[in-house]
Amino acid sequence: MSRVRADEEEYWHSSKFRAFTFDDEDDELSQLKESKRAVNSLRDIVDDDDDDLERVSWSGEPVGSISWSIKETASGSTSSLDGRDSSLQKGSSSYAALPKQASSYSLSSLFKGRNKLSSFQSLSDALTDTGVKNYAPELRRPKAEYKDYSGDWSPKDTVRRMQRGKVCSLERFRSLQDKLVLLDEAVAGHDGNVITAVLIFLKRTLRREILFRELEVRQVALCHLIHFLRETGEQKFLLDLLRFLDRTEEVALSQYREHLNIQDVEKRREFLKGCIGLPFSAEDTSHIQDHYTLLERQIIIEANDRHLEMAGQSELFRKYPRKASILNMPLVTTLFYSCFYHYTEAEGMFSSPTNLKKTFKIPDKQYVLTALAARAKLRAWGDVDALLTTKNWLGYTKKKAPIGFHRVVEILQRNNAPVQVLQEYVRLVEDVETRLNLATKYKCHDVVIETYRDLKDRIQLTAYKGKVERGSAEEEKINSILSNTQIRWKN
Amino acid sequence: SRREERPYCDTCEVFGHWTAESASDRVLCSCREDRGRSPQRDFHILFVPRRSLLCEQWLKEQGVLGSFIHREQYSLDLIPFDGDLLSMESESAFKECYLESDQTSLYHAAKGLMTLQALYGTIPQIFGKGDCARHVANMMIRMKREFPGSQNSIFPVFDTLLLLDRNVDLLTPLATQLTYEGLIDEIYGIQNTYVKLPPEKFAPKKQGEGGKDLPTEPKKLQLNSAEELYAEIRDKNFNAVGSVLSKKAKIISAAFEERHHAKTVGEIKQFVSQLPHMQAARSSLANHTSIAELIKDITTSEDFFDNLTVEQEFMSGIDTDKVNNYIEDCIAQKHPLIKILRLVCLQSVCNSGLKQKVLDHYKREILQTYGYEHILTLNNLEKAGLLKPQTSGRNNYPTIRKTLRLWMDDVNEQNPNDISYVYSGYAPLSVRLAQLLARPGWRSIEEVLKMLPGPHFEERQQLPTGLQKKRQHGENRVTLVFFLGGVTYAEIAALRFLSQMEDGGTEYIIATTKLINGTTWIKSLMEKLEPAPF
Repeated sequence: MSRVRADEEEYWHSSKFRAFTFDDEDDELSQLKESKRAVNSLRDIVDDDDDDLERVSWSGEPVGSISWSIKETASGSTSSLDGRDSSLQKGSSSYAALPKQASSYSLSSLFKGRNKLSSFQSLSDALTDTGVKNYAPELRRPKAEYKDYSGDWSPKDTVRRMQRGKVCSLERFRSLQDKLVLLDEAVAGHDGNVITAVLIFLKRTLRREILFRELEVRQVALCHLIHFLRETGEQKFLLDLLRFLDRTEEVALSQYREHLNIQDVEKRREFLKGCIGLPFSAEDTSHIQDHYTLLERQIIIEANDRHLEMAGQSELFRKYPRKASILNMPLVTTLFYSCFYHYTEAEGMFSSPTNLKKTFKIPDKQYVLTALAARAKLRAWGDVDALLTTKNWLGYTKKKAPIGFHRVVEILQRNNAPVQVLQEYVRLVEDVETRLNLATKYKCHDVVIETYRDLKDRIQLTAYKGKVERGSAEEEKINSILSNTQIRWKN
Repeated sequence: SRREERPYCDTCEVFGHWTAESASDRVLCSCREDRGRSPQRDFHILFVPRRSLLCEQWLKEQGVLGSFIHREQYSLDLIPFDGDLLSMESESAFKECYLESDQTSLYHAAKGLMTLQALYGTIPQIFGKGDCARHVANMMIRMKREFPGSQNSIFPVFDTLLLLDRNVDLLTPLATQLTYEGLIDEIYGIQNTYVKLPPEKFAPKKQGEGGKDLPTEPKKLQLNSAEELYAEIRDKNFNAVGSVLSKKAKIISAAFEERHHAKTVGEIKQFVSQLPHMQAARSSLANHTSIAELIKDITTSEDFFDNLTVEQEFMSGIDTDKVNNYIEDCIAQKHPLIKILRLVCLQSVCNSGLKQKVLDHYKREILQTYGYEHILTLNNLEKAGLLKPQTSGRNNYPTIRKTLRLWMDDVNEQNPNDISYVYSGYAPLSVRLAQLLARPGWRSIEEVLKMLPGPHFEERQQLPTGLQKKRQHGENRVTLVFFLGGVTYAEIAALRFLSQMEDGGTEYIIATTKLINGTTWIKSLMEKLEPAPF
């Protein structure tokens, strides 16, 4: 870091560039000068008479330095290979090396900065003179500072001046008519900065009903005001405006957005409750309702569990202290939490997983996935087994995984399940290739051996013998299968 | 913000591209803080890229505006990023234009174009597609009328200006870029031509030190075409980068071997004179080999492959109308939300909107897994047209895809013959529009243009007779393509590819409001969920 700064420092001190020059002429004069300068600048670009300034390329290296010349020769050779004049495409800004013709200056000359006071000036510099210089003693300035000294600017000129970054007094525009002309001029100028400035003025000086009515027929200005109110967080004014415009869904969303600014959970809950009746779209209404219900639940669970944890009597909380509060967490996180700490609770309890599943209509897939992850984390393999076992009406049990057994294996493996547990589920992976892959990856030897046997693949099975331990039960198993004369090997 | 102490300037802070309030808040804090510490200090304020009345108003309300001796702006419209690339680096331009209907960034784009014309001559032909494009063209014409002094006598560099709205092609930024530079950006994020990389692979391999202290600070590298090797590989498909690097390695080792053959003083001198170049080339090669390794670790991962497979299915029109398994899986595993949103939006765009049932399903899953407050973000995406229900009941995408040949099955990544190599199969719609404009002209695709949002148009700007170009035979035309709302590195690569085509006949210069990728783009549209700082 310090080296970089030193380099920078060196650059600023050693180079003959001046980054900035503030001139302190007064307005009129400087405007004239600047337009003259603009004209001159065009000539400067064309003539480019050599001065004694050090040339610096875009990369900041003085032209002529070793690395510069390397790049220069490099880009030179590539473009000559291309055999066409592609000065605009050259990587490094080889300003000095280019032919002196206006059309072939590289774009990078655009940002070479001002070599000297009057040289390179772009049109926008000439048009937007960056005015308002003030050298008066500071900290307390007369109020008159924001008044425009020369007074009578027309709406159009006022807008022009503001576009150039000058401060103008708007107080002169007294009548509604004048104010609206000013606003329309600002809109026609397209500079949002100015439009907003005028809107702030109108907002301060017009009655709401009048402002709203006039903005309704001025959509561009209206959008700017809405944006402004949103940025500055003037919620009440914004809602009034949206209501006036009958934008009900936007009112609802804007109001709902407010909850993010409420830190206190009780207050947030109350606020969300108030949002339920707002005119959202049908689909969104149910989400907002769920959001409220979830926070309500979380508050109850949090109070209970914090108490439990403090009391120190629950082994689960002692062994696995909570990392964070459950407040304001997403639904699925909450479900995980409840599967972790409250798995066995009866459905009647607010904190029980089954209750959450019902209340929020959590799909089976999502539920199994979350419960599986939580129980595997606790290494409760019995629960895992129960979760994946279904009974049909005859009382037979069957293993079923709505998420696919390969995903089950993945989750268990991530939680360091022992091979005995793992292989039971690897065996259930339907796709043979996936099953073989998983079994090999996680060293579920039995599954690999059995799968090769079922595939009647003697070559693979023989090869696999090299991967199991010498003298192990697995090796014996392979040997016994290989010597089984009943099997009709395919190879 | 950056603070540096210098002898002649007490405190210098640079505030760029912030909302007026957040910036002024920072100014205020540091101002109060400093005033307490050393009351004799002078304060100056410099607005980059432009002065904000809103910000000044706020500072005034806080009673500190008067403390600033200078209030200045350093106005930047278009900032050159490379020999053929200009950007306004206006992060929120897309959001402002399409969500908030605030077209200020377009005003500055138009101003930037006027500056460009003052320097490089009036651009005789303007083409455009989209509402914002129309707006910018209107402003340019108006500005020209209002400042007749801007009429200049410079021989025009550009033959054509093409203005393109980002919302004409919402698809391209959502897909994962597969060029070298595009992938660097997707994975590590390029900021102002700099990238920060994990340092492990850049450890100096000096003998004796035995890697005892690995660097912990991220490695920061500048990326632009001034670096010969980077210029050669940046726009290649990543799969073609490895062979270039190994070829270069051989050339460089051979060059270093030369020293054994240098016998006479003259030969040795010649060798020594080449040394700096060779050493620069070697370190450049080392850097890019390391970066390529880092990227390869990711592109060869299972998840990258799965993600890409789904993207390519969507873009070639497979199963875009039903809930996608992979997306569901990613939600279940709580992959980063932005990744999910990119995929869902991609599916929506490739299906001209999702069936209501599918959309509702995704929405529910996202809200349940990531939090209900994201309803605000989903709403923004809907407003921007990225995520929407299929209203017309008709899917236009297949027609657009076929007519514009957006999906190419036989893509050649090593020696490409079509722009589709930048996404390994998908040809970016925006660039296809530019390509077709040059040859045979948009008249051939009227039908498709009508399916895409916003008007398409052509304007001509009169040139004095003396400045009209008499084209030499075989001379290339130069087109400036301005992407309003952002452009990706892959799109830039595709345009550079077109520039370099033997018989292309057109060279492209690229300008944009912001260099984006799918992630930064979606992020700019997401609702900020932290409460405001004040």
